[in-house]
Amino acid sequence: MNTLEFTFLVAIGSFFAGLVGSLTGLGGGVVLVPLLTIFFKVDIRYAIGASLVSVIATSSGAAAAYVKEGFSNIRIGMFLEIATTLGALCGAFLATMVSTRSLAVIFGLMLLYSAYLSRKPRTAEERNLPPDRLATRLRMNGSFPSEEGVRQYNVQHVPAGFSLMFGAGALSGLLGIGSGAVKVLAMDQAMKIPFKVSTTTSNFMIGVTAAASAGIYLNRGYIDPGLSMPVMLGVLAGSLLGVRILVKAETRVLRLVFSVVIVVLGAQMIYEGIRGRI
Amino acid sequence: MARNWTDHTIEEIVGNLLIAGVSLSAFTVGVGAVIYLARHGLTPADYRVFHGEPSDLKTLSGIFHSARRLSGRGIIQLGLVMLIATPVVRVAFSIWGFAEEHDRLYLIFTGIVLIILLYSLLGSGSAF
Repeated sequence: MNTLEFTFLVAIGSFFAGLVGSLTGLGGGVVLVPLLTIFFKVDIRYAIGASLVSVIATSSGAAAAYVKEGFSNIRIGMFLEIATTLGALCGAFLATMVSTRSLAVIFGLMLLYSAYLSRKPRTAEERNLPPDRLATRLRMNGSFPSEEGVRQYNVQHVPAGFSLMFGAGALSGLLGIGSGAVKVLAMDQAMKIPFKVSTTTSNFMIGVTAAASAGIYLNRGYIDPGLSMPVMLGVLAGSLLGVRILVKAETRVLRLVFSVVIVVLGAQMIYEGIRGRI
Repeated sequence: MARNWTDHTIEEIVGNLLIAGVSLSAFTVGVGAVIYLARHGLTPADYRVFHGEPSDLKTLSGIFHSARRLSGRGIIQLGLVMLIATPVVRVAFSIWGFAEEHDRLYLIFTGIVLIILLYSLLGSGSAF
């Protein structure tokens, strides 16, 4: 395959990864790395570097749509970014030490777990919780416009959320994904932040987290321009289109199909990793 | 309610900042792509074996030099650096926003995040 054909095919694949990733809310990174390593036979370190770059592009590109909704909480985001960026640094350093086989296996497990998370029914939102002392001191409690008018919320369990965020950052730095699923889990489940606020704040944080590890990947020579170019442009175009058609699309079936794809890719990553072909 | 208004104003400016950063980066990567593909389009593509990038594509000074020489790969890499810098600029801008609000606590938090980001981009390798 020559460079022109390779670039074209990778751009097409990345476009669909970005499109489906944004439609299902799972992000493009989770399918991008298996796509590049299994189908295009790219070394997993180059694949992770390219994926990381595309994560920054989608997070920043989608921000405009979210900002106008006025749901995100910049204080919660900024405070938790201390945890995610520190985690991302650790993850990126770890990635330079761990063997590519182990990376493939960890990635596969992460895929299986994301598929499980996306199928799990969401627990009902707990409302009107009492204010938490730490959250109040950190001025995290806020309000957002809901269908029933402006709703106040009180943030809970800040230390638990902070620790989970460190883990989310480490996964992001190690595997080159946005790990939005873990971020939403930390805010929505642990800190009891309303779902809409969690998802929009998470989207804001993903770009900053990815930038923290991308710097290290760049300095270590893991970001290849020839590969990252079609990946970044493809994922960006796909996810921007995804955000536009999201309102009209019926995503239930799509989410189901995508979960199956993720399970298959996850199993394949683990298998190839154990056999030492990655 | 004055603070909420200010928070929202900051978010709106931040949103526009992010779009500008991504657009500029995508444009630069696109220009680099044209040069790169025109020159190397017909050479075989192989990413099976990891070599690591040469120093003129992994340090900031090296990237600026190779972009100035109009190397396709150098210009793409410059665009990618702009992309990585976009969230960093966003955090730096938030510092100014919290300063305007006289919010010392969040000024410190944002400062910590900015230091971590700058360390990653500038200090983690031999960037200069």
